[in-house]
Amino acid sequence: MKGNFTESFMKGIFLICAVTSIIAILLMCIFIFAGGIPFIQEYGFKNFLLGTEWKPSNIPQSFGILPMILGSIYVTLGAVIIGVPIGLLTAIYLAKFSSKRLYRFLKPGINLMAGIPSIVYGFFALVVIVPIIRDVFGGTGMNVITASLLLGIMILPTVISMSEAAIRAVPNSYYEGSIALGATHEKSIFSVVVPAAKSGIISSIILAIGRAIGETMAVILVAGNQARMPVGITKGVRTLTTNIVIEMAYAADAHREALIATAAVLFVFILIINGAFLVVKRRTNLE
Amino acid sequence: MNRKDKIVIKDMDLYYGDFHALKNINMKIKEKYITAIIGPSGCGKSTLLKSLNRMNDLIEGLRIEGNILLDGKDIYGEDFDVNLLRKRVGMVFQRPNPFPISIYDNIAYGPRVHGIRDKKRLDEIVERSLRLAAIWDEVKDNLKKNALRISGGQQQRICIARALAVEPEVLLMDEPTSALDPISTAKIEELIEELKRDYTIVIVTHNMQQAARVSDYTAFMLKGDLVEYDKTEDIFSVPKDKRTEDYITGRFG
Repeated sequence: MKGNFTESFMKGIFLICAVTSIIAILLMCIFIFAGGIPFIQEYGFKNFLLGTEWKPSNIPQSFGILPMILGSIYVTLGAVIIGVPIGLLTAIYLAKFSSKRLYRFLKPGINLMAGIPSIVYGFFALVVIVPIIRDVFGGTGMNVITASLLLGIMILPTVISMSEAAIRAVPNSYYEGSIALGATHEKSIFSVVVPAAKSGIISSIILAIGRAIGETMAVILVAGNQARMPVGITKGVRTLTTNIVIEMAYAADAHREALIATAAVLFVFILIINGAFLVVKRRTNLE
Repeated sequence: MNRKDKIVIKDMDLYYGDFHALKNINMKIKEKYITAIIGPSGCGKSTLLKSLNRMNDLIEGLRIEGNILLDGKDIYGEDFDVNLLRKRVGMVFQRPNPFPISIYDNIAYGPRVHGIRDKKRLDEIVERSLRLAAIWDEVKDNLKKNALRISGGQQQRICIARALAVEPEVLLMDEPTSALDPISTAKIEELIEELKRDYTIVIVTHNMQQAARVSDYTAFMLKGDLVEYDKTEDIFSVPKDKRTEDYITGRFG
């Protein structure tokens, strides 16, 4: 009977491990929504999401987060425009063109990129990208472009690794079929192999969007952080994440609740992105 | 009937690294005949086939000595365009490998690669190729359907149509029916018979009955050697080599 006990005991251990992460996400959900929703109800859903004024120290206070929502969307869009083409082409190069020797250097380099703390990226952007942008566009150099460049770099490892895996997973028979028709290596890759990896590539882009929209500590250093409606890509913006970090330390009462509600909105954004990811995945499996 | 030699293989040796996979192959493949290559697994028959359109180039550490002439020109010669070679010498693979796109785009892919953009001409080529591959009637109403959503036998005929769309002179078939059921196999065999009017066909097969049924010439290979190469009826009725006889009578293999 001893063996049986060990078995069920270990089963229990495994179950607890598996459930831990689910409990964590549930607690997070409860905390964020319990903290945020009452405030949103009180302040008004429309006023909160579509309000263009964020002035917590005014009397009366105003808590419109549209500036931050737009700020997040702008820098994320910029990051996608910059990071996705570079990342995708890099992935194609790694999977189908690079020599084995070069790959041995490139691949660990990209893995390393994924492991660098975001504050280090932010600091790099602050001392390298900000001065360049300041010289080119004038102003403080802390604006949408800077933040987009930085985030574009930061999402590269996600785009590259997942797209590369997707491209490598395409059956070699597609490539052979194309080559056997007299198509060149390049033509076969771009017309047959990469399109066949489409859903994996789209998944990588969706995850990259999630990463960009959630990034905080790096963005805070270079985005300018002005809590106002965005006025152009050479002007500063504040994102949902930075809004919380900047003000949480001293916020109280309604202000504090407004920040938690901001987190709830961010959470919904991430849920939507992950939902899209799942839909793309499922469609792939059906094919 | 005296037909021209379409492909001539001269003193050909092939090595994978240190492994001597094909040993001194000499073979003349006649135009507009069906030539079958038979032999047990690992005898080098697929390797030989893939040398004819240089698909072996994709394998690292592979080395070829000797010559393979297509219409008298060395396909491994320096001035021979390998992409043009593969247009002239088409290939059908063991497992049907249509691209994961529509049937129409599968067939139009090759012509597009070779510069045909005109929609009307592409339509014509697609219809003609699908008719040649005897699958037009089955798919003509579903040309936009993803080619992976049809049966394996249909997929293989789509692959044959795809190969025919670039108007090759030679068609290489690497065990084209080994992944198919008997009915699909019969359809493909019938199709191969039809195609030999216009194309030189080289088919690798595991299946001796298939070789006997469809081919005009048969080559028997064993451990990298071309043991015997003759008219199919002679190979199967009066084999000259003891090893051929043993193989076709089922004593090994």
